[in-house]
Amino acid sequence: MTDLAHIRNFSIVAHIDHGKSTLADRLIQETGTVKDRDMKEQLLDSMDIERERGITIKANTVRIDYTADNGEHYVLNLIDTPGHVDFAYEVSRSMRAVEGSLLVVDSTQGVEAQTLANVYQAIEADHEIVPVLNKIDLPASDCDRVAEQIEDVIGIDATDAIQVSAKTGQGIHATLESIVTHLPAPKGNLDAPLKAMLVDSWYDAYLGVIVLVRIMDGTLKRGMRVKFMSNNTLHHVDRVGVFRPEMEMVDSLGPGEIGFLTASIKQVRDTRVGDTITNDRNGTEVALDGFKPAQPVVFCGLFPVDSSEFEDLRDAIDKLALNDASFSFEMETSAALGFGFRCGFLGLLHLEVIRDRIEREYDIELITTAPSVVYHIFMRDGAMTELHNPADMPDMTLVDHLEEPRIKATILVPDEYLGDVLKLCQDRRGIQEDLTYAGTRAMVVYDLPLNEVVFDFYDRLKSVTKGYASFDYHMTGYREDNLVKMSILVNDEPVDALSMMVHRDRAEMRGRAMCEKLKDLIPRHMFKIPIQAAIGGKVIARETLSALRKDVTAKCYGGDATRKRKLLDKQKAGKKKMRQFGKVDIPQEAFISALKMDG
Amino acid sequence: MTDDWQQGGFGLYVHWPFCQAKCPYCDFNSHVSSQIDQKIWVAAYLSELDRNAPDLSGRVLNTIFFGGGTPSLMEPETVAAVIEAARKHWPVSNDLEITLEANPGSVEAGRFSGYRDAGVNRISMGIQALNDNDLRRLGRIHSVAEARAAFDIARSCFDRVSFDLIYARQDQTLSDWTAELTEALSMAVDHLSLYQLTIEDGTAFGDRYARGKLRGLPEDETAADMYLSTQEICASHGLPAYEVSNHARPGSESRHNQIYWRYGDYLGIGPGAHGRLTINGQRYATETFRMPGEWVKAVNSGSGDALRTPLSTTEQAEEYMMMSMRLSQGLDIERYTKFSGSPINSHKLSQLVDLGMVEQDGAMLRATTTGRPVLNAILRELMVG
Repeated sequence: MTDLAHIRNFSIVAHIDHGKSTLADRLIQETGTVKDRDMKEQLLDSMDIERERGITIKANTVRIDYTADNGEHYVLNLIDTPGHVDFAYEVSRSMRAVEGSLLVVDSTQGVEAQTLANVYQAIEADHEIVPVLNKIDLPASDCDRVAEQIEDVIGIDATDAIQVSAKTGQGIHATLESIVTHLPAPKGNLDAPLKAMLVDSWYDAYLGVIVLVRIMDGTLKRGMRVKFMSNNTLHHVDRVGVFRPEMEMVDSLGPGEIGFLTASIKQVRDTRVGDTITNDRNGTEVALDGFKPAQPVVFCGLFPVDSSEFEDLRDAIDKLALNDASFSFEMETSAALGFGFRCGFLGLLHLEVIRDRIEREYDIELITTAPSVVYHIFMRDGAMTELHNPADMPDMTLVDHLEEPRIKATILVPDEYLGDVLKLCQDRRGIQEDLTYAGTRAMVVYDLPLNEVVFDFYDRLKSVTKGYASFDYHMTGYREDNLVKMSILVNDEPVDALSMMVHRDRAEMRGRAMCEKLKDLIPRHMFKIPIQAAIGGKVIARETLSALRKDVTAKCYGGDATRKRKLLDKQKAGKKKMRQFGKVDIPQEAFISALKMDG
Repeated sequence: MTDDWQQGGFGLYVHWPFCQAKCPYCDFNSHVSSQIDQKIWVAAYLSELDRNAPDLSGRVLNTIFFGGGTPSLMEPETVAAVIEAARKHWPVSNDLEITLEANPGSVEAGRFSGYRDAGVNRISMGIQALNDNDLRRLGRIHSVAEARAAFDIARSCFDRVSFDLIYARQDQTLSDWTAELTEALSMAVDHLSLYQLTIEDGTAFGDRYARGKLRGLPEDETAADMYLSTQEICASHGLPAYEVSNHARPGSESRHNQIYWRYGDYLGIGPGAHGRLTINGQRYATETFRMPGEWVKAVNSGSGDALRTPLSTTEQAEEYMMMSMRLSQGLDIERYTKFSGSPINSHKLSQLVDLGMVEQDGAMLRATTTGRPVLNAILRELMVG
């Protein structure tokens, strides 16, 4: 156990690519926590997808021993938090587990929207914040401008900002000293009953669920029995340890310390982020505030391309769910797509991560149906139900009104693209709430319906601003609006997987765009195919895909037999990946591509 | 299925891999070489016949086909030696058909009587176009006048003469093509192979197409109209289609090519030649080395075969369907079922019948005139079932 005065707990707040993981690596290396020969890039990010996208999904932590210039030995605990808006709640819990933050800003780029959202979380958690200007080795580095921007946009003093090159190692020592001198030591009472915050948890094949904890008061010891206060479950602690970043067992953890426990817990579901852990008897009466069960906001259907892989998909989803309490699922049957799952996610990134992991780690090709938000349906009889799937929309005559979720979106953009961004937000039914400038960059705040953002808003934003805009959002609540269910009929058959909720005023436009897209996405058949969008029984848009007229191999003699058979086998395999709706084959990518809007 | 091949017959394919020039649309195994010692080639062909004969003994040989490349570059003695050797190895049918592909140039025409004396009784000429400008664009080295002269000589030497034309050429309109086709039909011809220009990867046209430099190709719709007009015009001139791209007066169909489409056995010799051979009840796909020098070397050290792959019954079912559905005669349902072990998906079949794409006539299933232009789509439907 380390005395409180010699502990410093901190997180690193940064935008993607601003060098958070590289800085963490250098801190670990500089203090000799990991031998040089064991160093690999981005030590803290473990999953492939995290590495590839440069994002952290699970909170990671490392304990660093550091002897400061004053000769004292310190224990520094770094929590590397997920940086994406989908995981805002997880970020807020990680922030509560530490007392300070390094605010890392790329000195060639400046502050981004994501940085803002996370730094506000840090401010909300009463953090002491040390600004770090990274990438000073690059010629485009402009520390004065970026420091000024930090003061203007975020409103914190940046005069003592540390200038760092995580790449060359310059400024790393100064950063460590600043952590010791500027960040406060944690507080806590050793003699009080155990009070620990569950910061994160994940499944390990050998140890069961590993629970990342921050001790607030009391002591966590190996062999003791603890209670998880949100669900009153009792567990026998069989291991206590810290990460360096490899696991290292210790006998106990005291106030202010960050480490992990294992207690033969089988499911991550049983360990909820933000929960309070205490003694099974004579424990604390008061749980830590701010605990919230995870609430999925985006739903979509996941179906195996090859319907014989349904059981494999179930298996994959079960396994992923073991390690991700925020992801919900239930079985779904679609007339066209067969058996699959309706899954709920914290956001689109979360959806993509889960989908990619199923495809990559379990080798199952998936059809993903249109993502949908959760609507509130108020029935004429006064009852309210949640709608997770447009296919389940009840008869409109029984419905009084609908409400949809709204968000507050913050976008930072160089002013030359501002017009395009405002148009995009306006097109998506946005209501402007704020528009301010910081130098040549504008910050716009919009109130937007989540259903207009959930699908391709971010892609469109990146494309109209050539990648220079940054974007963040949080949910603000529900509001009534004129929403209708739009069905798509292909060859006069409704395709449930393509039906969607739209605003009445936007229905014609969306319907036309969908029909045009589908006309390009569906291959020509031996007959002509009408493609229609309809609200109730009323057709609002229509396209016709003309019949295939010529598809035959001109020459096919003895020498061609093998080659043509292989070609047909390949086409046959391609056809298997399509789904039949009545007599029409629709390629799997159509389900997502058809929804992408160009404007 | 020991003797399934007998329903298609048995033929010999001889590949001559050399051309005077490589045509920009051609993806066949052809090479340009100025020094060819034909004695070496005769020896190699005969060696391949000797090697294969024991496995195929006792069969009646129905056809021999000299293809290429440009087989009309072969000396008549070379052709004669191969025919003589084949006749020595196998008893031949009374109506043995021996076809040679010829370039319609004046030099080749001078060898026609020699080929006739060697035993060739059918000639297939690569005329390709009756328009000098288009012949140049297709990279052909002959002119229309030369082609017509060669055709007349061929007619005087052989009972059976066929020629090829390519349509849907650059800048060709529907009326250009129907006029040219009508002109072709007015020549005393009993067999025509009419191919839509297909841009193949790995050819000069393929490269140009990929770079966007091959301009003026007719739209798909126009090409489809050309195909339909071709069927009508040929039928009205007494040369109905008996296969996707082949038209003949009844009785003048190419017997050799029908062995492919009726899924018979064929022995392929020469560089890059393919074969289908049923040996002890197992059908094999064979393929020889493609490069001429490599093939000769391989033959000299025992065998020209690069591959000899046993075909599963499923693969045979697919090949039989793919080939036989090209014929206006169609596919023998019972024969197909013997290969596949299960009947054709009846749901798919009735959908295709309802659409007017295929029709069932007793024991046979065939693509209709509406269905044949989209045969690949029909096959995808039937084969997925």
